[in-house]
Amino acid sequence: MNETFLRRNLQPIVIWALLLTVPFWLPLFGGYTALAGRVLVFALAAMSFNMLLGFTGIMSFGHAAYFGLGAYGCGLFLKFVYASTPLAMLAGTLLGGIAGTLFGLLLVRRRGVYFAMVTIAFGQVCFYIAYKWDDLTGGYDGLRGFARAPIDLGLTKIDIQNNGTALYFFILLVFGVAAAAQGFVLRSPFGRTMLAIRENERRARFLGIPIEKHIWLSFSISCFFTALAGSLYALLNNFADPQGLTYVMSGNIVMITIMGGMRVFWGPLIGAVLFVALQDYVSSAWPTTWMGVVGVVFVSVVLFFPRGLMGMLQKRAGT
Amino acid sequence: MMQLVMFNVTNGLIVGAFYVLMALGLSLIINLSNVVNFAHGNFLAIGGYLAFTLTPYVGFWGALLISPLLTAIFGYFIEQLLIRHVYARNHIYSLLLTFGLGFILQDVCRVIWGPSPLPLDIPELLSLPITPDLFFITWYRVFMVGVVVVAVSGLFAFLRYTRVGIRIRAGTLDLDTVSALGVNVAALRSYNFAVGSFLAGLAGVLAAGQIGLNPNMGDDLIMPSFIAIIVGGVGSLTGTLLGGLLIGVAAALTTVFYPAGAEAVIYVIMAIVLLLRPRGLLGEEGMLS
Repeated sequence: MNETFLRRNLQPIVIWALLLTVPFWLPLFGGYTALAGRVLVFALAAMSFNMLLGFTGIMSFGHAAYFGLGAYGCGLFLKFVYASTPLAMLAGTLLGGIAGTLFGLLLVRRRGVYFAMVTIAFGQVCFYIAYKWDDLTGGYDGLRGFARAPIDLGLTKIDIQNNGTALYFFILLVFGVAAAAQGFVLRSPFGRTMLAIRENERRARFLGIPIEKHIWLSFSISCFFTALAGSLYALLNNFADPQGLTYVMSGNIVMITIMGGMRVFWGPLIGAVLFVALQDYVSSAWPTTWMGVVGVVFVSVVLFFPRGLMGMLQKRAGT
Repeated sequence: MMQLVMFNVTNGLIVGAFYVLMALGLSLIINLSNVVNFAHGNFLAIGGYLAFTLTPYVGFWGALLISPLLTAIFGYFIEQLLIRHVYARNHIYSLLLTFGLGFILQDVCRVIWGPSPLPLDIPELLSLPITPDLFFITWYRVFMVGVVVVAVSGLFAFLRYTRVGIRIRAGTLDLDTVSALGVNVAALRSYNFAVGSFLAGLAGVLAAGQIGLNPNMGDDLIMPSFIAIIVGGVGSLTGTLLGGLLIGVAAALTTVFYPAGAEAVIYVIMAIVLLLRPRGLLGEEGMLS
């Protein structure tokens, strides 16, 4: 391991070292491992969202829809079809991803504020369906009555049902695989094309790049990953919540991304750490006005720290 | 049956009129400043609550006039203080900013006026039904529609005949040119935001008289307003007007035949419009797309 390798990969090495050792050091801060699970889930959702915002330059304000569909798909599969965690995750990911792909078809010709508005409206459609179809989804109370099943590896079983640490490492494994896949996509020629669209859409179009097709694909990929995060969220809580489908959740995903830094691959992960810590702290410190306090933080981040934590660090380091 | 249909059509027009007031304000701001004001529903709530506080002193009629004006002034300052700083940035920042602002305003209402619902007293005359046959149509409902008609006509006259109004319309089409001609675009955007807030405040007073007040009273109205704008076409105020009435009446008529689908129908309309005419009913091609 030579020095340049270390320097070039310092960020991921530090991040993975911290993530892998969470169950050992988080309790020192009085935290609990489920909290770290929530960080990873939100981080995955925000990183998936950031493939669009940060790396294609397209802003969706309705990613809660795909996150929530992932959660409901996973929960419904566990409850009504078959008690297998991997299959349920697959079901949730497919449900959210396919819905996103179809919505994407209607979206690709829109840009800017219009694009955002239509994504918001689509998000509300999904909330509305989950809310009204209460025979299936439990309506306002959310979907309960399912539990994550232990993972059967043939020789041995991983008990993610009762063992918090095992659950955390399972989520970390999924997160790691998904992050690697995202990194792979972003480094591929397709990912480079996404960057080109972000930097200058008109020029990319003149170069003969089919912009609409790329944006559609990028949107679709982002939705599949977001739905995967949603299915993990259902497993983490044994619960799917209709509130998680509303634009408030979409706004949180955006906020996580901005807080961490949207131009940095690992930015949303840092953002998720900040966001979960903030949410946890504020809701216990100001139980009645926590929403207003969170609002003040949002407004301040937008006005004073628009590059996010990682963006600021990178600027300071001069890279 | 006839009466049921009548009831729901009038209901739909009234609800639609609300959507129109909300959506026109939102639309004005989107057209000139490219900002989707997520907090618009909270401006509505502020207008309603201000009317609640003012009514004991100036009566309902006074509050109906003063409260929207105060909301407009409030909007003007919010624009000066927060929103103008994000015009030059990626749209995601203006969305997030107004999203956070909505949280703050909702808690401000909750702290000042309390979390529980409050009634807004309306003059006795207005709470009577117009005839015993049409018992479901109170004078207040007729009055609301009247106010909306006056407000919308006033807005269109303002945009057509006043200097600021003409500049707002011109700025919607080509802000750079308007700026190059020596118009203070920053001030224009502030006035425009104030006009949008005025409409939200007015909608707030009217809504408070019908459904009462609570800190998140605007939340149910904001999403239909978005859809009214999308259906009508971004960039066209007439389109927004049409879109608002259309989804209001469509939702009410669906209530007659299939109550569970009442809200779903507005999303279905949106999907159909996006499929068949992506720019919206009266939207211009290329506008913000």
